[in-house]
Amino acid sequence: MSVTALNIITNTGIIDYLTSIRGYVVLTSHLLYLLEGALLTLKITALSVFFGMILGLIFGLFKLSGSRILRFIAAIYIDFFRGTPLFVQILLMYFGVLPLIMDKPSPFEAAVITCSINSGAYIAEIVRAGIQAVDKGQMEAARSLGMNYPQAMWMVILPQAYKIVIPPLINEFIMLLKDTSLVSAIAAEELTQRGRLVYSTYYEAVWVWGGVAMIYLVMTKVLSILGEYTERRLATE
Amino acid sequence: MIEVKDLHKSFGQLKVLKGINCRIAPREVVCVIGPSGSGKSTFLRCINQLEEIDSGQIFIDGQELTNPKTDINLIRQQVGMVFQLFNLFPHKTTLQNITLAPTRIKGINKKAANDMAYELLRKVGLVDKANVYPAQLSGGQKQRVAIARALAMQPKAMLFDEPTSSLDPEMVGEVLAVMKDLALEGMTMVVVTHEMGFAREVGDRVMFMDEGLIIEEGLPDKIFDNPQNPRTKSFLSKVL
Ligand SMILES: Nc1ncnc2c1ncn2[C@@H]1O[C@H](COP(=O)(O)OP(=O)(O)O)[C@@H](O)[C@H]1O
Ligand SMILES: [Mg+2]
Repeated sequence: MSVTALNIITNTGIIDYLTSIRGYVVLTSHLLYLLEGALLTLKITALSVFFGMILGLIFGLFKLSGSRILRFIAAIYIDFFRGTPLFVQILLMYFGVLPLIMDKPSPFEAAVITCSINSGAYIAEIVRAGIQAVDKGQMEAARSLGMNYPQAMWMVILPQAYKIVIPPLINEFIMLLKDTSLVSAIAAEELTQRGRLVYSTYYEAVWVWGGVAMIYLVMTKVLSILGEYTERRLATE
Repeated sequence: MIEVKDLHKSFGQLKVLKGINCRIAPREVVCVIGPSGSGKSTFLRCINQLEEIDSGQIFIDGQELTNPKTDINLIRQQVGMVFQLFNLFPHKTTLQNITLAPTRIKGINKKAANDMAYELLRKVGLVDKANVYPAQLSGGQKQRVAIARALAMQPKAMLFDEPTSSLDPEMVGEVLAVMKDLALEGMTMVVVTHEMGFAREVGDRVMFMDEGLIIEEGLPDKIFDNPQNPRTKSFLSKVL
């Protein structure tokens, strides 16, 4: 190494400069690693919303059914999962319940199962409200034509309820995307967990956590723009 | 065709029907009149079990509705109902509104159902609206589609609950004309209405209901020109 180069490196100005860009370098060099985490976040969210919609539809219909037993079951499910923290549910499922019913659940499996059941409870309420918002005369008209209850629900009520349900459903999607950060507690390597790993190696809090926050923001923003777009399209339909 | 024996119905504490008895013959057109809140809608809704009855018996074409063995969905297919607020399916076109139940419930094939729907639309004068959604129809058009939709199940009887009450005056005539045609074809009809002209002209019989009972009934001319019961008199003096 030449003398001049050595001089420059030992020059305190340069060291200050390099120190000051250290956080930036840590973030950019781990960006791909974090984005892979974000992909897992999206995966957990999408799967959970998918299964959550199925659960939500079933329990939303239970909540409105004529059977007192079904209504009771739905009420217990919805109350429990909306009335306790998702964080506690994740710990309970991963360390407590799932090991009893399956062999070594992976953090990813536990995350998807817990988030599905949790979002199912919220979606059940969305579904119930959506169905109840459809004019009562629709059910009567369908029944008066000879449709039974499931036929009327499927052919007449639900196709009208889904328009009412879409906006709060997208909102639930966004909430859940943010809430999946809690599964870092069981070391599922989604965005937050990867952020934690990078941070605990380099301690660049502002850059690492700031970067993680920005990635979340981009994802939720894209979702809400998609939501507004579908809402507008539904409105003009 | 329709027989009702000692029908009682309450909503909680409120006794709405207090023992209705009547027989409606095939091809007969019965108009039900009476003050608001007297139980006319509830009576109609009991006939096709949109309301569960408390006691009494209802027979449609000899089948007892109140018998738990009776398939109520099959009975409802035989009794069409037309509502005050139309209740068309907003997510379906006119044609789909008419064909939905025949294709999906009765299993009629699409081609046959469409042919029948066009036939019905010709009857109610709305062939040109076949592929339009309800939101693009006027009130009178909606109600005519609703009538066609009910007829598509080929019912043996039709129930009308104030079919023209929510229409602008200029649209009342077109709906009544369709109903009159239907009566002339021999449909058995029970019509709750405030259209006294229609009741007099088309009705075979008029029933006056008040406070959950049929107070007086008879030929339209007799009821309108020479009512016996003071309550009928006072009601008619207000509306005629
Ligand atoms: N679903 C219901 N629940 C409670 N009360 C009702 C219900 N439907 C009708 N009623 C009451 O029953 C009475 C009769 O109503 P209705 O049959 O609609 O009368 P009409 O059609 O002659 O105006 C009214 O006092 C009304 O408020
Ligand atoms: Mg009424």
